Amino acid sequence: MEKRVFFKGWWLPALLVAPQLLISFVFFFYPSGQAIWNSLFLPDPFGLKTEFVGLDNFRFLLSDPYYLASFKTTIIFSTAVSVSSMALGLYLAALADRLIKGAGVYQTLLIWPYAIAPAIAGVLWLFMFNGNIGLASYYLKALGYEWNHTLKGDQAMFLVILASSWGRISYNFLFFLAGLQAIPKSIIEAAAIDGASFWKRFGTIVIPLLSPITFFLLVVNIVYAFFDTFGVIHTITSGGPEQSTTILVYKLFSDGFVSQDLGSSAAQSVILLVLVGILTVIQFKYIERKVHY
Amino acid sequence: MKTIKAIIASLALFAMFAGTSAQAKVEIQWWHAFGGRLGELLDEQVNKFNASQDKYTVVHTRKGNYSETLNAGIAAFRAGQHPNILMVFEVGTASLMAAKGAYVPMYQLMKDAGQRFNPNGFVSAVSGYYTTTDGKMLSMPYNSSTPVLWVNKDLMKKAGLDPEMDLSTWKRVGNALDAAKAKGIDMPFCTCWHSWVHLENFSAYHNIPFASKSNGFAGLDTELAFNSPVHIKHIQTLGKWAQEGKFKYMGRRNEAGKNFRAGECMLMTESSAGYAGIKKEAKFEFGIRHLPYYGATEAPQNTIIGGSSLWALSGKSKEENKATAAFLAFLSRTDIQAKWHQDTGYLGVTTAAAKATKKSGFYKSNPGTDLAGIQMMRNKVTQNSKGLRLGSFDQIRGIIDEEMEGVYNGTKTAQVALDSAVKRGNVLLRRFERANK
Repeated sequence: MEKRVFFKGWWLPALLVAPQLLISFVFFFYPSGQAIWNSLFLPDPFGLKTEFVGLDNFRFLLSDPYYLASFKTTIIFSTAVSVSSMALGLYLAALADRLIKGAGVYQTLLIWPYAIAPAIAGVLWLFMFNGNIGLASYYLKALGYEWNHTLKGDQAMFLVILASSWGRISYNFLFFLAGLQAIPKSIIEAAAIDGASFWKRFGTIVIPLLSPITFFLLVVNIVYAFFDTFGVIHTITSGGPEQSTTILVYKLFSDGFVSQDLGSSAAQSVILLVLVGILTVIQFKYIERKVHY
Repeated sequence: MKTIKAIIASLALFAMFAGTSAQAKVEIQWWHAFGGRLGELLDEQVNKFNASQDKYTVVHTRKGNYSETLNAGIAAFRAGQHPNILMVFEVGTASLMAAKGAYVPMYQLMKDAGQRFNPNGFVSAVSGYYTTTDGKMLSMPYNSSTPVLWVNKDLMKKAGLDPEMDLSTWKRVGNALDAAKAKGIDMPFCTCWHSWVHLENFSAYHNIPFASKSNGFAGLDTELAFNSPVHIKHIQTLGKWAQEGKFKYMGRRNEAGKNFRAGECMLMTESSAGYAGIKKEAKFEFGIRHLPYYGATEAPQNTIIGGSSLWALSGKSKEENKATAAFLAFLSRTDIQAKWHQDTGYLGVTTAAAKATKKSGFYKSNPGTDLAGIQMMRNKVTQNSKGLRLGSFDQIRGIIDEEMEGVYNGTKTAQVALDSAVKRGNVLLRRFERANK
């Protein structure tokens, strides 16, 4: 029973979509075009002179083993952040959904960390794990575990994943909770009467019914892990030790804004643009098929 | 009607008056990287200048740390919104120098403004960093320091060592660390600014090249050279100490300073400018020593500086450039320099300031504060000890830090790490050369 409205003429529809087109142009097409254009040049930092170098910026990048390694780092980081924050978000949502008393209080408290900016979250976690004054590192030392994320890559990775996932759990919790509450109680009750256990009900009814939300969160979380986490990484590790926490977007940031290599930075943003494009196509083409609306 | 006319006339008069009085003072902007105690001292200098005359007003703004300040300046320059004076740390010097047209060279600025200025009044080990090979001074040295060895005398005693023992060579330092470890001292050694102390200054101190072409002074086609056997020996020693728990790595910048000030670390290599913080916070007896060296090379050469200089950016009016010249000349005054030197532990960058400080008896009442100056000026500078002038050097330092982390955590040998750092750094030098042809 789809409703469709047809307009006569073209100016009214054009007018109605114009604001959206304008926004897309100003904030997406124009900067992307600039990035593609700049990726073909090697400018000096002050913008006094520039040289056309064709695809040399891309050649320079793809011959850098550390740049290639940062793809792997990005995959590990994004997967860990998305999976851990979604699993915990779902777990907490399932618990909160069953609450009878004080649900509002719990829900509010669980959503709270989302209000904290990534860079600040980074500083908070850094504070707890700081080698000099951190409480967590102090207790770990008491347990006989030497914590020094400035030197040990796996510890640094763990810490940035922890700090990046933490605020995300709230976000995922919120969506999962809404999803859970939208599932009609009657279906679950009917299954319970038929003798299905909690886990059976969860696996065969709740999870499939949550799939549109799970899919949405997967896309959003991966985009988050790819782009929005650089504040966390900047404050905690600055990409170190030995680039073990340098994800693609952090490398782009540090090459462009710390090292002033704008040509390479532009080339990296073009590569990222293509990568995220491919990722989105894959998600919609292959994963979305398994989603029931 | 008459009253309205009178009001308008008086308003116009007032506007004219207000206009002229606002125009009378030329305002210039200074972007810098100093907060905390240093920021207060900087503010004091600016206020003193503003009060000392009525033609110019200097407005200073903190733009974050050194790298952030440089980046803010560069971004503002591209947008045409840059300040008159930009503080640039020594690592960014080559980037500025290569950007001809982005700045007014110091000698030019002073000449155009008719300001009396004596570039020879600066300590040559400092001004050499900011002077072209044909002797033209491009920027004004502001704060300069050099690495020294800081000693926690209380911990030395606890380790059963004589707190006044000879620590002039790395071998002797190694012996002291062995003793400290045996007595259960948790952090016998720590260091700040790894690349700056243990490779850049290390090279100058042992009179070996850090990079070819006089460490980059003689041309953009320079190549890194810090993977010589002497360098490798030193970094391998640090790696060994790290593995044995005698040296604890706390981070790339000056993180280890906290551990030293808290009394946890026995020996620390850090800038002489750590003085202000250590003097304020240390609840133990501390000492300052010369940076250790390897006995194999006869007497040590000199160490080089870290710190910043002030650049006059281009594209400003003649009047504003005059104000900039006046302010920079003011900063190089002996009384200003001497006070800055004594307050901060930075070097006295003019010979007159160093003399005045000596005369005032400051070194006698604050033992060790003169070591940094002596260490820098103990010998005539050589090709290897003049300083560094390498493009993209902030980035190269990042690479060095990364590779050294590999040595400290035991995943790489010093040979592999330094070879790799040289190779990766050279790629960036070639890229810089290409962008600045």
